[in-house]
Parts: sequence; structure tokens; C-alpha cells
Amino acid sequence: MSSLTKRDISVGMVLLQLRTVIALVLLTAVFTVLVQSSRGINFLHPLNLITISKHVAITGIMAIGMTFVIITGGIDLSVGSIVGLVGMIAGGLIHEGLVLNIFGITIYFHVWVIILICLVLGVLMGGVNGLLITRLNVAPFIGTLGMMYIARGFANIRSGGATFPNLQGKAELGNQGFPILGAGKIIGIPLSIWLMILLLLVTLYVSRKTPLGRHIYAIGGNKRAAELSGVQVKSITTIVYMFSGFCSALVGLIIASQLVAAHPATGESYEMNAIAAAVLGGTSLAGGIGTVGGTIIGAFVIGVLSDGLVMLGVSEFWQNVIKGLVILAAVILDQTQQSMNARSTEAKDKKSQKESAA
Amino acid sequence: MDDSVILRAENIRKVYPGTVALKGVDFNVYKGKVNVLVGENGAGKSTLMKILSGVETPTSGRFFLGEEELNHLTPKSAAEKGIGIIYQELNLFPNMSVAENIFTNREIMKNPGWIDHKTQEEKTKVLLKRLEQDIDPKEMVRNLKVGQQQVVEIAKALAEDVNILIMDEPTSALSKAEVDVLFKIIDELKTAGVSIIYISHRLEELIQIGDYITVLRDGSLITEKPMEEVNLQWIVSSMVGGDSGKIFHSGDRNIGEILLEVKNLGLRGATEEPLLKDVSFSVRKGEVLGIYGLLGAGRSETLETIMGLHEDAAGEILLDGEPLGPPHIRTRIRKGIALVPEDRQREGLVQTMSVSHNLTLAGLWRIVKKKFHINRENESGSVEKMFKGMSIKASTPFVSITSLSGGNQQKVVFGKSLLTNPKVLLLDEPTRGVDVGAKGEIFNIMNDLARDGLAIVLVTSELKEIMAICDRVIILSKGNVTGEFDKDSMTEEALVNASAVGHMTTSQRMKGRVS
Repeated sequence: MSSLTKRDISVGMVLLQLRTVIALVLLTAVFTVLVQSSRGINFLHPLNLITISKHVAITGIMAIGMTFVIITGGIDLSVGSIVGLVGMIAGGLIHEGLVLNIFGITIYFHVWVIILICLVLGVLMGGVNGLLITRLNVAPFIGTLGMMYIARGFANIRSGGATFPNLQGKAELGNQGFPILGAGKIIGIPLSIWLMILLLLVTLYVSRKTPLGRHIYAIGGNKRAAELSGVQVKSITTIVYMFSGFCSALVGLIIASQLVAAHPATGESYEMNAIAAAVLGGTSLAGGIGTVGGTIIGAFVIGVLSDGLVMLGVSEFWQNVIKGLVILAAVILDQTQQSMNARSTEAKDKKSQKESAA
Repeated sequence: MDDSVILRAENIRKVYPGTVALKGVDFNVYKGKVNVLVGENGAGKSTLMKILSGVETPTSGRFFLGEEELNHLTPKSAAEKGIGIIYQELNLFPNMSVAENIFTNREIMKNPGWIDHKTQEEKTKVLLKRLEQDIDPKEMVRNLKVGQQQVVEIAKALAEDVNILIMDEPTSALSKAEVDVLFKIIDELKTAGVSIIYISHRLEELIQIGDYITVLRDGSLITEKPMEEVNLQWIVSSMVGGDSGKIFHSGDRNIGEILLEVKNLGLRGATEEPLLKDVSFSVRKGEVLGIYGLLGAGRSETLETIMGLHEDAAGEILLDGEPLGPPHIRTRIRKGIALVPEDRQREGLVQTMSVSHNLTLAGLWRIVKKKFHINRENESGSVEKMFKGMSIKASTPFVSITSLSGGNQQKVVFGKSLLTNPKVLLLDEPTRGVDVGAKGEIFNIMNDLARDGLAIVLVTSELKEIMAICDRVIILSKGNVTGEFDKDSMTEEALVNASAVGHMTTSQRMKGRVS
């Protein structure tokens, strides 16, 4: 009897620990059935899965950066605006070039130079976030909120609110090739998905196998103890925000490239998707706990949910309601897991008591 | 035995994730007496007290207040029944004033919805006066030192009309003078019919103050006796379950040349009075230097300054004759300075990490390959070495640090410092809230380290520890060095006198000199 109870509990525990994966599998199964029966479309068709993954990559790349920020106990609300601003900068540089009035010339950069400029810009904006938080003691929520408005403002200022269209570039200016980031494929899989996979692998390694990763977790778990252990709290926190800025800039480039256009409102409220993916994946807003692997699964849950609901023709308003419910359910399950842990220990204890009595 | 039992616990069990804290414990509290509870770290004392005060719910078991069975006790209902508690780990709100802390959840109201801050502050002043403490009721708790916070905890418990007062290690952060005041208050409370449950690792204290003694070991009740029937040896042997001879002993050490030299340290604090005025001393290889002093003497600040925590500190610090350079913790750790901080929860441990990751946190740079890759074998090797060397009790190195008992957590903090391979080890109250067994182990390790040529600076409030292990001791008082004694000249009396120098009025000092 006792062993049966114990097994029940441990099975339950495993289910709970894998809850995001299970949610993902269940969601996919449900949509497969529903989409097939109502629309006659195969949800599991490779092309559809690639489309979903392409959407997931947008949220996923940002969420990887966000995960580290949240693990340090912070938050980055500026990521969506950085996406928008970076898109506009890239669009402007391709479309109008860099106009230097003093010399009366206009410089058109090579696409790779533009991409580099944009990534550096994202890192710098993240760096400003980091400096605000670590050197000027601004709360992360407020510091990145300020950056969110500033970056969005500049995105609009860049074009006066207009869209930069036709970012293919021109042969005579030597700046062609920008769309490759959005449209390019390797063995049939879009570049954005490869970029997400690459980032995932790199960050998995950094978070598990390097002092930098260990220090990020330590800062979120107990900043003071980390500091006294020689962890460079300020520098590492700044690096984490710079990395988040880098991820957002990358997303900004991908989106502009996919649309072959840059619009200043791009990326609005994306920060919330990134936070939601991280939290769904088990990242604790209190800091110190979370994994990038979990975050990517969280991003897939959101992606499958959104795309599935769209394919079923559910209205955008109801999509939001359902997304909200899923996030709440995830957090409630998190609490349940903790009390399950306690009960499992008790079961083990009872068993060992019986054994010692026998 | 004609004393009546006021509170009775029967067969209390409590299970936490990863550990069983209590395995069916009975416990009696006698009315108007000091009921002492002892046991090693992890024996379940603190858990039992948390259950009695309604903070934790027992997994099973019953308890009775007089004849009435208590069910579903919450902190609030326990307080209403007259059960008050002073915790081992401080439970104050750092962002609120002393008075607000004392009246939390039983605020004195003016009109409905309005807190009467003035009355609260006046009442707080009276309470603190009774404790002979000069603390402003309006002061934010975060600005108080640990010892002062402890006093606030005591005042908070006194403010409630308690029948039963639980004191979990109330003296661990107090100086001798403050302990005397506390004992006077305990006597007053006893006379007023209050029953005290008293937990401490300072065994001499227990014999002095206790009426009944209950011993716990590994979550089980060992025995309960009136205090007059027992002595120190009996307590120690029932706690550790057998051999107790080797508590601490300092062996012969080879003291070498000067390793660390500290010259004219100064440090400004938030108040006008500087935290450190002029502190100079040196430590030799293989030497254990004690730093003794009352609260606020600048002991912790001295260690923190050596560690590089205070960027604005004045003075010079030399290691091996070389200046240590700008205050930068990481550099100083790599140069061979390590600190075991005073407050292990706040400063020592990363609660979200495993035992293993906590152990290697400060010394990661020593086990990386090519400067960035954490080598698994190196890491598990270091962890294993510390598990053996410190005899850390945990099922595996991968369990959460929070599932360990206080003493084992302290060993992890200690081990973390050792894994940086230090030349100078700074220890700030390393045995605070640690049981006799673990204390002995820590002292043995200190002895071994000193014999290996480390210089150790030990800050402690326990005179007996200083006498037992230190080769030399300096006394701090109000940020100045007021005395230095070597092994032959140190007596408890001399240390206490020197520690009170800055605190006495001039006339007292004159008297002291005359006599």
C-alpha cells in the first residue's frame, strides 16, 4: 500500500516537473484533432510546424535574453521597443543611407555592416539599461520602462512615424541581400529558427558550464552572498542586460528582413510574450531559478496556442483570454509542485521507518 | 514534582522536503520555569518551537495548553493564547521602524483605521529602557546591528502579554553585559508567572538559567530532567550521544613571519560616530588572532574592510608586505583572503542553489579550464573533499542548501571560503547558532589550517572560544583597539574590561584604574 502511494506520488511529481512539455504535447494533439476535423488541414504537416517554429523563434530569441535577466532578479521591459528601433535603423540605413549633411554625401553600407551596427546598437541600449540599474540604482522595472519609451520614441522619430518599405536594396548601391535573414533557408528550415537553435545551444552551455552562468544564478539567488563570494555583480548584471539587448536587436533585424519593411510600431508588447515564455518555462520572477531550455518550451506553448487558435478561427480577443489562463495555470501548478515535494519526502520517511521497524 | 505543566506536546512529527525534522517528540513546559531545550544542529529544536508558535503545522501529533487541546494554531492565535517567540533567525521588517516592528499585527489604533504612532513609540521606549538599550523607537530596523535587532526581537515578545515565551538562541548575538540584562529580565518574567522555553548552544548559560532540561537528538526526544540533577558533561554526552571529550583543544602551532598587516583602518558610518577610528594589527602565519569586543565595536567592519567591501575605507592593508591594492573583493579573494561572514542566510548562502554550487561559488576560478569551462571532475572533486573534510551531512551534494540544518549550512559557508585556497581566513562569529559537535569540528579545522600556515582572524563574542583557540587577542571598542593580550596574559576579566573602555564614563574609568 505504502509503496503504491509512493509510486503514485513520484509519477505525479514527474508529470508536474515535465508539465510544460506535457502541456505542449497535449496542445499539439488537441489542435491536430480540431484543425483536421474543422478545417481539413494537417496541423502536424512539416510546413505548418516550420511556420509555427518561425513564429516561435521571434518570441524565443527575445525570451532567451529575458530569461537571464529574470534569473538575476530583474526584468527588461525595453525589448519590444528595441525590436522596433533596430528595425527602423536598419530600414533607414538601407533605404536612405547615412546622410552626412556636412560633407553633402550619403553613405550606403554593406548589409553585413548594417546588421553589425544594429546588433551593437542593441547591445549598447542593453548596456544603458544595465548601467542605470547597477550604477545609478534604478529599479529594473523603472529603468527598462524608461528605455522602452525612449527607444519607441526614437523609432517613430527616425521616419516621422512612416514605414521604410522595399528593403531589398539596390545593386548600384551595393546594399542588397537584407531579406536573406528572413527568407534564407538551410536544409529547408528558415535562418531565424537556426539562429534560435544556435542561441539556445550557446546559452545552455554558458548557463550550465561556465562561471558566468553560475554567477548569474548566484546574483539572482542572493546578491549580497554572491558579492561577498567575489562575483562581479555589477558587471555581470550589465552583461545580462546587454545580452537581452542583443537578442532583441537580432529579432528586430529578423522581423524587418521577413517583412522587407520596417515599421516603427513593430515589437509592441513583445516584452510580455518574452516574459510569459520564461515564466511558463519555469523561470521564477523572484530570481535565481530558471533554464533557457524551459523558456524555449514555454515559447513553443505560446506559439502552438496562438497559431492553433488562429487556424481554428478563434478571435484575437479570445486568444488573449486563453493565453492568460494558460499562464495562470502554469504558475498555480508551480505552487502545487512544491507541496508535492513535501509529501513525497514524507512518504519516503514513512517507508524508511517501516523498514527500520521490520 | 509539584510543578504543573502548562503546555504539553505529544508525539509531534514534522516532515520537510528532503528531511524529517521531528520523529514523534513529547515535550513538557512547566509553569513559571525556564524550560531548556538542547540538541545539536538539526536535532529539531527550532522546528518544534515554530510548531508551538503556530508558524509551522505539524505533520501529526497533538498539543495541549492546560487541558485545552490546540488545533490549527496560527501565529496570530498562538499570540492570543499567550505564546510568544523570539526567533533564532531574526524576523523583523528592515524597512519599518523599531516601534512599528514591535507592534506589527497588534497596532495601537487611534480612531478606526489610524495607527497611533506616538503611543507606540512611547511604549517602545519604555520597553527598550527595561532592556537597558539605547535604541531610538523611530530608527529603521535595517540601520541596526544584528545584536540590536536581537534586542528588538526580545522587546517585541515582551510587548505582548505572554504566558509562554520561547527564546530560540536569544543570546547568540549578544555581548556578556547584554546577556546579563536578559537574564535579569528572564528572572522578572518567571516571578510574574511566565513560562520560558529557552534554546541555546551556550551550555554554561543553560545551567545558570534553566530549571528543566529536555534533550533532542536527530528529531527524537532523548530525555527530560530537572536541571539540578544534571551537569555540563551530562548535557554534552546526551546531546551528541556518547563521546564528548574532544570539544576543543588548541595544539602547538609554529607561528611564522607576519602575513597580514593592517594599519590605521578608518571607516565612516551612517552616523557621526565613525565605525572604525584607528585599527592597526598584524597576524602571523600559523597564528589565530582573536578580535573581541561588544556590539558596535567595529569587529565585523574590520573584517569587511580587509575583504574589500568598503570602498571608502581609510588605512593600509599589507599581505606578505605588499599593499593589497584598491578594495575589490574578487581580487582580494584571488590574492588569498577569505571571509566567513556573520549572517549566513543574508551573506553566506545562495538559497536557490544546491549544496555543491554553493560550495564552489567563490572558488570557481580555481576549477575552470581555459578560464571559462567548469570542469565537472574538478568541481565534484572539490565538493567531495569538502564533504569529507567538513563532514557535511547531506544526502547528496545536489540537494538544495535550504534542506540542511543550520550547522551544516555553516560548514558549507566555511567550505566555500576554504575552496578559494586562502592564506588569510577571516571568521566572523563562525560558531554562531552552531551546536557543540559542529563547533568542535570547526575548531579542529581551524587548528589544522593554522598548523598548515594560514593566518586566522577570529571574531567571536564567546570568551571561552577565544581562550581556547586564540594565540593572541586584540580588543576593539568603539572603533579603536583598546587592548592586546597574548596566551599568557589573557583572562576573561581582562578582556571584558578592555572591551568596555569606550563605553564607560570618565569617572567609571578612573574608578577602574584606582581599584
